[in-house]
Amino acid sequence: MIVEFTLNGEKVKYDVRPDKRVLDFFRDELGLTGPKEACGEGECGACTIIVDGLNVHSCLMLAAELDGKDVWTIEGLKGPGEKLHPIQEAFVEAGAIQCGFCTPGMVMSTKVLLDNNPSPTREEIKKALEGNLCRCTGYYKIIEAVELAAEKLKGDG
Amino acid sequence: MTDTLNTKELKRFAAVNRSVKKVDGVALVTGQPVYTDDFDVPGALHVKLVRSPHAHAIIKEIDVSRALKIPGVVTILTYKDLPRIPFTRAGQGYPEPSPYDTFVLDRKVRYVGDPVAIVAAETEKAARLGAKAVQVEYEVLDAVLDFEQATNEDAPIIHDEPEAIGIHDASKNIAAHFEMEIGNIDEALESCDKVITRTYHTKTQLHAMMEPHASISYFDPNGRLTVITSTQVPFHARRILSRIFNIPIGDIRVIKPRIGGGFGGKQAVHLEPYVVAVTLKTKRPARLVFDRSEVSMSTNIRHEMKYTVTVGATSDGKIKVIDMKGLSNTGAYGEHALTTFMVSGSKTLPIYNKVEAVRFSGDVVYTNLPSAGAYRGYGAPQGLFALDCTIDELAHELGFDPLVVKEKNSIREGESSPIFRIMGEGREGVDQIVRSCKLQECIDKGKEAIGWSEKRGKVARRGNKVRGIGCAIAMQGSGIAKIDMGAATIKMNEDGSFNLLLGATDLGTGSDTIMAQIAAEVLEVDYDKIKVYSSDTDMTPFDTGAYASSTTYVSGNAVRKAAEMVKERILEKAAVYLEEPVENLRVKNAKVVSLNTDREVTYEELCTKLFYTFEQEQIAATASYVGEESPPPFLASFAEVEVDLETGKIELVKFVSYADCGTPLNPVQALGQLEGATVQGIGWALFEDVIYGKDGRMLTNDFFTYKIPTRMDYGKLECGFVDSYEPTGPFGAKSIAEIGIDTPIPAIANAIYDATGVRLRKAPFNSEELFFEILKKEV
Repeated sequence: MIVEFTLNGEKVKYDVRPDKRVLDFFRDELGLTGPKEACGEGECGACTIIVDGLNVHSCLMLAAELDGKDVWTIEGLKGPGEKLHPIQEAFVEAGAIQCGFCTPGMVMSTKVLLDNNPSPTREEIKKALEGNLCRCTGYYKIIEAVELAAEKLKGDG
Repeated sequence: MTDTLNTKELKRFAAVNRSVKKVDGVALVTGQPVYTDDFDVPGALHVKLVRSPHAHAIIKEIDVSRALKIPGVVTILTYKDLPRIPFTRAGQGYPEPSPYDTFVLDRKVRYVGDPVAIVAAETEKAARLGAKAVQVEYEVLDAVLDFEQATNEDAPIIHDEPEAIGIHDASKNIAAHFEMEIGNIDEALESCDKVITRTYHTKTQLHAMMEPHASISYFDPNGRLTVITSTQVPFHARRILSRIFNIPIGDIRVIKPRIGGGFGGKQAVHLEPYVVAVTLKTKRPARLVFDRSEVSMSTNIRHEMKYTVTVGATSDGKIKVIDMKGLSNTGAYGEHALTTFMVSGSKTLPIYNKVEAVRFSGDVVYTNLPSAGAYRGYGAPQGLFALDCTIDELAHELGFDPLVVKEKNSIREGESSPIFRIMGEGREGVDQIVRSCKLQECIDKGKEAIGWSEKRGKVARRGNKVRGIGCAIAMQGSGIAKIDMGAATIKMNEDGSFNLLLGATDLGTGSDTIMAQIAAEVLEVDYDKIKVYSSDTDMTPFDTGAYASSTTYVSGNAVRKAAEMVKERILEKAAVYLEEPVENLRVKNAKVVSLNTDREVTYEELCTKLFYTFEQEQIAATASYVGEESPPPFLASFAEVEVDLETGKIELVKFVSYADCGTPLNPVQALGQLEGATVQGIGWALFEDVIYGKDGRMLTNDFFTYKIPTRMDYGKLECGFVDSYEPTGPFGAKSIAEIGIDTPIPAIANAIYDATGVRLRKAPFNSEELFFEILKKEV
């Protein structure tokens, strides 16, 4: 079936197999390797993308559901002058990345949080990232990265 | 984070002991195609494995004819199609101390999930359908599902294959056995005022690294076999593949791209042989990515262990004797069986080095459960749970603060332990003196952070809830002395940058970054001038791999040596170029400068001249390093828990860990290791419970049923380092990756006792069990 949607800010149109998972469609057909598969059942958040402003597990979404949506993957995240987005900068600077497999998903969930709540408390950050598992860091550095990102974004505004 | 941990040394260090950004950070944070499954190899066949539904069975018939008719299925391989060569999946130094008890496929299956057939197809869907359509008739055998029943007279024999090599006693299902004794146990016990014997049981744990195992194999245009794989041990993988398929090592190239976490779970050849078998048969590329249930059930899990510990002390709290008798469950195959068992003694007993007599003995047994293997801590956490908690119990019985007993009896700088010599990994160890040990400083910092003096032994009750605190102290190692070898090559480029080619395997740990920092420190350049390329068996020198907390110490020392050799050559060439005696020259800020005159030459100018016009030469060096010893890092941890007496629910209020890892070469990364390991240990203590069905099937094989912690699952965590410097380490560094996982279980157990008076002797700790124990106590 034909789906038309906005992908990373650009209008796109694809003929998709409606029962294909968005995760597989993006990775295998569009070459978008940012979303990762770690569990395939919506438990870990490694495949998180943003759909109409909400963080969504792309392993639980079918390609047919893309129609008419505004969709962002980590590949679309850019800061001023094509540099890293401030959230990405913050993750690198805070040491929030170890193996990096959960990172794109974490960054996308962080984006949704900070878009809606530019000054989250620690508790709000913990709650917002509860659906994104990380096995390496113990989360401390990730929480710090989100705080740093919030500061950076405020500085930009 | 502080960059000033090592205040004395900070003046001296320009590149290490600084929290520089990860060299691969930008690639990872932008979602670049860097992991195995991100690689697109055109024309690759998709591989799926048919797995056994039985814990123990013989394959009577396999019929693949129906499966082969499914459109897209290209080939199906069974045990009949593969070489019957015994090997171990364990990625260890050669010859491996693990038994050769595994075949790529066998006629016998030994756990639910054991591979039975390899299906390769044009699409993933066809491969999946093909795997379902393979018809297998089994003769089901009795299974051993309880490791304490494994050596029973009537227990079925799990490894009766005649080709197996190195099994301790296959007829009794004993994969490995170890025993050692120092001093006279009976005499020492006689002289004690108090002797207690306790049994502690630690269940298994899943690695649950985020990246599932993945492998891709293909022939390169020259017909050499190439394997891209998520491994901690590329060079061992190459050697094992060579053995299985009888391909010369030189005709195999193993490439390790970025790895999405390992924790020991990728220290074995879990899927490489299956893709290689397909590529050899079809001459086509093949790819296999495990799903989460396969990662959980069919790679490796942690060795479940049970220890009975006898500790004797005099009435003043001096420990005189320790006797540990253990049983370890290696599951269906004996990967890392002997070595994890030995490490549970060798990385715990030296802490209490003042004893008069010490004994450590026991068996590692086969069961028809998933195969255990390497996992962060490598036996030490299981040994420490038993030892630390038994000492804690003894201290209470003697009326002492347990921390005082642990402090008083533990090892100090300049001391040794005979265990270092007697117990290595799979063989004798190496005599060593502990040159750096700031355990007391770790204890002092942690004690203050948790409020030990104010809170210990006090009843803190609010309504139904009681609070308590507990402590544990630990050690680990830094590589396997005289076994682990790392090598590094550095070559100079004409813009003053350097390529650092190293065998060391960054599996998300950040080792590529600290290796760059080490080279930059020696060569006096910014660390981003060091271009790191690691773990490609064609392109980089050898390294045993990323395990045993070896990379910083062993591979780091190799990098330091290689950089020093390069620096020396730079100075020699600059001496000719500047016409100054070499002893007048120094490297400084990417230049060679004269101490006597104002002559100087930049690296850029020197190397450009050396490439094109002046005494032409590529400056490069390769160095190897083998640890003569394995300096232990040390750790003191403290837990504060709150227990709901009406439900048994355990909340971790606060956990504190202070470590001596020598110089943290990258403090933020080192802290990340300690925090990550600590939370993995907290998860194991409180949430991560592996449950099997009556048929031996692992029921908790996904993240829905096997709960790894989120940030909501624990209270405050405080991790840090104390000032320390290991003289044999690169710029004073020791290891940090594993040790943090050793202490959460005993520290939390001791805190639960302080809160409730109940001793939980089986981990993970279950609220129901605690609730019933509380009820029993109150009755």
